[in-house]
Amino acid sequence: MTWAIAKRVLWQIRRDPRTIALLLVVPVFLLVLLKYVFAGQPSIFRTIGVPLCGLFPFIVMFLITSIAMLRERTSGTLERQMTLPMSRLDLLVGYGVAFGLLAAVQAIVVCTVGFAALGLDAAHGIWVVALLAVGNALLGMALGLGVSAFARTEFQAVQFMPALIFPQLILCGLFIERSQMSTALYWASWALPLTYSYDALARATKPAALGGWFALDVLVTITATVAALALGAVTLKRRTP
Amino acid sequence: MTEHPATPAIVISGLTVVRGDRQVLTGLSLDVASGSVTGLLGPSGCGKSTLMRAIVGVQLVASGAVTVLGKPAGSVPLRHQVGYVTQAPSVYTDLSVEENLRFFAAVVGAEGTRVDEVVQTVGLGGLEQRVVGALSGGQRSRVSLATALLGRPRLLVLDEPTVGLDPVLRADLWRTFHELAREGTTLLISSHVMDEAAECDEILLMRDGAILRQTTPEGLRSETGEPDLSRAFLKLIESSVST
Repeated sequence: MTWAIAKRVLWQIRRDPRTIALLLVVPVFLLVLLKYVFAGQPSIFRTIGVPLCGLFPFIVMFLITSIAMLRERTSGTLERQMTLPMSRLDLLVGYGVAFGLLAAVQAIVVCTVGFAALGLDAAHGIWVVALLAVGNALLGMALGLGVSAFARTEFQAVQFMPALIFPQLILCGLFIERSQMSTALYWASWALPLTYSYDALARATKPAALGGWFALDVLVTITATVAALALGAVTLKRRTP
Repeated sequence: MTEHPATPAIVISGLTVVRGDRQVLTGLSLDVASGSVTGLLGPSGCGKSTLMRAIVGVQLVASGAVTVLGKPAGSVPLRHQVGYVTQAPSVYTDLSVEENLRFFAAVVGAEGTRVDEVVQTVGLGGLEQRVVGALSGGQRSRVSLATALLGRPRLLVLDEPTVGLDPVLRADLWRTFHELAREGTTLLISSHVMDEAAECDEILLMRDGAILRQTTPEGLRSETGEPDLSRAFLKLIESSVST
């Protein structure tokens, strides 16, 4: 059942070659852009480039999933599936498998270009970054599934990106070290899942051993994903008003 | 037919549904005989779709009991036995006809050969590889109908399946519905076109969230003395308003 759902979601995307092209080309293009913007300060590009490889899939999967699930809700296909022998877990896991695979492809393409052509380097290897990217993509997907319940229209759904994702990006430590933020923002950043996702990526680039903090980062990312999926499951009601 | 014909397929008593601050269904009761083609007729906005959603178990209900094939509406075993077609075609517009059907066949556990059978049943042969989004409105609604037939449900709940179809296609579909009923399927079909009442074994006339009359086309004609079912319905409404 799970596989049937995953296959269906992937087939829908396969019908839309432009979306696939955008999925693969846009992150690479942005990375190239950054490389040249920071041509005079290559160390900045090296510092933020690797974490960005792992954060693009998070942002993109959040957007795609929130729209895909919103379409299921508004087109009646979700309601139809709710009358059929399908559990909510089947649906959530099916989506997870489909978008996880898609994120893996995206992460591999971005990381390959970044590391092979743009001179990025991570002390703990490209595979750690790619795996973290897939994990972050699943977190983005889980959040997207959850928020789709709070959007009535696509106009609303796309606004959740700046509303929920931008603050996390700003506070996660990508732009400025968290220790340099005001106390209130520093503590706020502890409450945001992306802070941990970013920290794991940053640690993967540095030569120091990954250690306990890295393990904590991964654990929090997984926990946040499961929590967001649980929220998503709660919003998938069989009976609606 | 496993169900005894005397046992109704649907029994509803005192069903009340509130949406927002409006009572959409007001203590509605009815029963639908097994193996019948029952028409649910009434003007737009009278609560037909809400009633159908309650029968398939996706509607939040304020009070009342809905029993389908002897079980509470929406309970787990019914998900293999009830087919539901919403008013707007609920299929994936970015998949082909066949991809849609293969997906839903996997969900209901239907064998692969069922896909070809239901395509023939709804007269979509030759269009299997077309993307649903590229089909006409009538073709899309038939894909939606085909999807509901995959699992050979014992009860089919169809919300306005013939709306927007040309007369030839409409006649074809009604023939299909009667064939399904002969094989033992119970069909509940809504329409706001009173002419379609003539195609049904039984009719439920609905108005303002309640059942105005449960009768047969013949019964409605003789009660009102009107051979034309549209006028008969109007007459019934006028008399119910004046009393």
